[in-house]
This record gives sequence, structure tokens and C-alpha cells, in this order.
Amino acid sequence: MASATAKGGRGGALNMVLFYVFLVIFVLASVLPLIWVFKMSIVTKSELYASPPTLVPQTPTTAEYAQIFGDSTFQRALLNSTIIASVTTVICLFFGSVTAYAIARLRFHFKATAMTLILAISFFPAVAIIAPLFIQYTQLGLINTYASVIITDVVFALPLTIWLLVAFFRELPRDLEDAAKVDGATTLQAFRKVIVPLAAPGVFTTAILTFIYAWNEFLFANTFLFDQSTQPVTVVIPNFATIYTVDYGAQAAAAVVVTVPLVIMVLIFQRRIVSGLTAGAVKG
Amino acid sequence: MTTASREKKGRSRLREEFADPERRTAYYMVLPSLLIIVVVAFFPILYGIVLSLTDSTAAAFGSFVGVENYVEMFQDPDFLEGLSNTLIFTLVSVTLEFILGLGIALAINRAFRGRGLVRAAILVPWAFPTVISAVMWRLMFQDRIGIIQYVANAIGIISEPILSDRTLLLIAAILVDVWKTTPFMALLLLAGLQTIPGDVYEAARVDGANVMQRFFQITMPLLKGAILVAVLFRTLDSYRVYDLFWAMGARELQSLSTFVYEGVRISQLQFGPGNAAAVFIFVTAFLLALFFIKVLGMRTSAEE
Repeated sequence: MASATAKGGRGGALNMVLFYVFLVIFVLASVLPLIWVFKMSIVTKSELYASPPTLVPQTPTTAEYAQIFGDSTFQRALLNSTIIASVTTVICLFFGSVTAYAIARLRFHFKATAMTLILAISFFPAVAIIAPLFIQYTQLGLINTYASVIITDVVFALPLTIWLLVAFFRELPRDLEDAAKVDGATTLQAFRKVIVPLAAPGVFTTAILTFIYAWNEFLFANTFLFDQSTQPVTVVIPNFATIYTVDYGAQAAAAVVVTVPLVIMVLIFQRRIVSGLTAGAVKG
Repeated sequence: MTTASREKKGRSRLREEFADPERRTAYYMVLPSLLIIVVVAFFPILYGIVLSLTDSTAAAFGSFVGVENYVEMFQDPDFLEGLSNTLIFTLVSVTLEFILGLGIALAINRAFRGRGLVRAAILVPWAFPTVISAVMWRLMFQDRIGIIQYVANAIGIISEPILSDRTLLLIAAILVDVWKTTPFMALLLLAGLQTIPGDVYEAARVDGANVMQRFFQITMPLLKGAILVAVLFRTLDSYRVYDLFWAMGARELQSLSTFVYEGVRISQLQFGPGNAAAVFIFVTAFLLALFFIKVLGMRTSAEE
């Protein structure tokens, strides 16, 4: 693994320089767009339209942020996103951890069939079912409610939740559960009292990834919600573009506000997120 | 074996399964998830197939019309444009993401200072909502304030507004997708690379294998599983592209998914062909996954 660093010598030093140049380019390419949009969000309108564009903000202002945070539609959308993503995450974790435990630990027939059925959802083109779901949700009176989006999000996030939790549960030692069962605990008690607390870090990682999935979801929200009282930010911000066509500054500020929590989460939990994202892929 | 005796055997097997307390608990634990998946995903797809064979609208169930909707769909220039855009987008973006992702994974597969920073940078574009990254890039492509448009004009490679030209818009969408998902591809491939033990390379080096030989005869075969998983996921993801085209193109850029959406959600007249296209996407995506699993030999077993 450390072969390049171990070589040493002049060739090794040059190699190292090239390697870090490559890294810097790669990191910049990843984060520059965000930084640029941030810059667009903190300058005045006249500077925004200046040609040639300024590299460093000359006239920093928080006007755009004041404007979007004063906008009740945007406030409502942030609240809606938070509600939809949180409730989806909680429901997914509940059903997901129970199912994942059975798959990871218990013996039963049709296990492979059950897992195939669950994973098939991740290959499933969601757009294929929006019409039938739209008709059914209309009949059930669910259109424009959080429930329509949460139910659908849960189904499409469940494979991810279950897959990750199965991987985490399998890493736990069996001895403690066996000991609990010897002491007379039922399977469910062993799961609740032993596995759930032990698996807390894995469950937390799964929660982050499920939350990000639900926060970013767009298709279902854009299909089932057409009233601003329930629309999440992913639906509201692109529409900012069509309603206030000229207000690019506000749009940039809104984009920054929505992504900053995600960026902070990624910075804090990057190790966990990477372990979660690659948990399935490596074994598969 | 007759059907009756098989049924009997099946039923007694079921009773046996449920008699065992551990297994019974297992079924209770698995059933809720399966039930909701069947009700909300598998049942609607069947319903969707039925809808595509009728002249239904979003408001009323219609009568059987055979494959009329499919015929109409294939004659619709919007559908054909969506189909060709989707195919070009999928092929180009997945190829670029794979090549760049593999290059990055190979380059950073070593211990170095600042590893955490690089990993965080990798995750930043991935964590963004696709529509929001589309909005951000749209701001940069914009013809009056966009930095990319400005630079392109200054160098003289592009003179027309990028966002008003459909070809340029498709290229821009590919670019945004590559920016957003290459790091993720690199991450998956890196995880695969890290499972290859270092002594395999040592042995090959001792045997006199050069860099290219080591890459094609050790890395690629051992990485095959990780590559297939990553490429299949990315291919299916690009194939159903919706968010990116919707937000980047401001409804100018057609894909298969945007065609379905417009059919079932916006234009009442297009409901039939929209449903036909929904079934079309489902079937072709299924065949694509089958191709990866059967022909390319991807392993899908969930067992250890």
C-alpha cells in the first residue's frame, strides 16, 4: 500500500509532488463550485452582474440571506424537508432494523428470496410507478400530504437501510446474544436489549445515510405535492428559478443554505459515511 | 408429484416453520418490510402495466386499447428525443465516471497525509441534492452572470448561450453528473482495491511483471466484482435520470423519465403514452440489470 512512499530517492520526491498536485486539483474540482456559488450569494446585485466577474467579493453583503430567510415559502420548505426526512429516517430504522436482524441472525426459509425482493427495489426505476401511485394516493386523499411522500420514500430507502444494518449486525459478536438467550431471553428481547445498544454506531451511520437520501429526494415530492405548505426545499428552490427569474443571488443563497448542513454532516461523519457506503459494495 | 400432494407438503412445511419459535419470530420481523415494499412498489407496477394498455386518464379508468399507447409513444418525437438523450447521457457519463473514478482510486490507494480531507472532498458533491447541484451549475452556466459562459466566451470556444442550446445543455448535464458522481465511483472502486492483498503485487513484481501487466492481470480481474456493482448502479441511475434534466434544462431537456413525468403529471392528453413509457423504462432497466447479472457474471448473493 505504501509502496510509492517507501521508495524514496529523487524519483520518489518528484512522484510525491506530482501526487499532491493531483490531489489539490481533485479536491478543488470537487469543492470549487460550492465556493463559487457561495461567493455569488454574498455580493450585491451590481457585482453579481459585473463583467468581467470579480474573483474575490468586493462588496460583501448578507442581503440575499436576509431576503430568503424572510421568505415564508422558503422557511416552510425547510421545515417540510426536515419533517419528511426525519420521519422517513425513523420509520426506516424501525422496520429496517427488525428485518435486518432476522436476515443477519435468524435461520428461516425464503431468506434469499426476501433479500432479493428487497434489493430489487434499488434497481427499480421509481418513475415507472408514479402514475399508479398518483391515482391511488388521490383516491386515498393523500395528495399534498407529508404521508404520500414519506410512505414512498420509506419504500425506496428501505433497501439501503436494511442492507447497511445487515452488514453492521453481522459484525457483532454472537456470544452476548447467546448468553442472553441462555438466561431465558426471547429472540425479540435479545434483539432489543443486546443488539440494538451494541449496534448503535452502525445504526447511527445508517440513519445519516437514510436522512441524506430522504432530504435529497425530488421525484416523489415533485409528483405528489403541489402546494407550498408541504413542498420540501428540493421542489421549492428550482421553482425559485422560474418564479423570480432574475433573482439569481437569492437562488445562490438558498442553494448554499440547503447544502451547508449536508456539508457539515459529511465533514464530521466522513469516516462513518464511507464505511457505510462501501459496506455492501465490497462484499458484493 | 401431483399438485395436491405438493400443496399438502408445502402447507405442512409452512406449519413446521411456524412451529419453531425462532423462525416464527423471524417471519414476523421480515414481513412488515416485505409487505410495504410489495404494496407500494410491486403492486403499482402491475397496475401501471394495466393502465398502459387502456385509454385511462389520471381521473378515470378507461377501456382496453391493446398496444395503441405504445404505438403512439414510439411515434412521439418527444419520446424519441428523450430516448436518445437518455442513451447518450448514460453511455457517456458512466464511461467517463468509470475511467476517471478508476484513475482516482488507483492514485489514492496508498497511505498519505490529508487522507481525511480528500475523503471529505469526495463526499461533498455526492451529498448534494441533485436538483440543488443542477441549480448551482445552472447559475454558473447562465449567460449573463455565469462564470463558465464568461470564460467560454473569453476563450472563444462558445459564443451562443449554453442554456439555450439543447446539445450544449446535454453536454452540460453530462459534465454536472460527472462532477457529482465520479468521486462516488472512485470511493466504491477504492474500497474494492483495498481488499486486494499487497503481497499479490509483491509476488508479481518478483516474477518480473511490469506495471501494465500487473494492472491487467491482477488489479482488473480481482476488481471485477466491485467494478460490476459500481457500474451497474451508476448505469441504472443514469438511465432513469430525472432530477438533473428537470432542473438543469428548465423543462427544455427531455429524458425518458421527464417524458413519463410530463405525461402522467402535466399533460392530460399524454397520459397513455406516458404510462407506456413508464413500463418501457421498467422493462428495459430490468433487462439491463439481468444482463449485468447473467452475462457479466455479477454476484448478487446476500449471503456471507
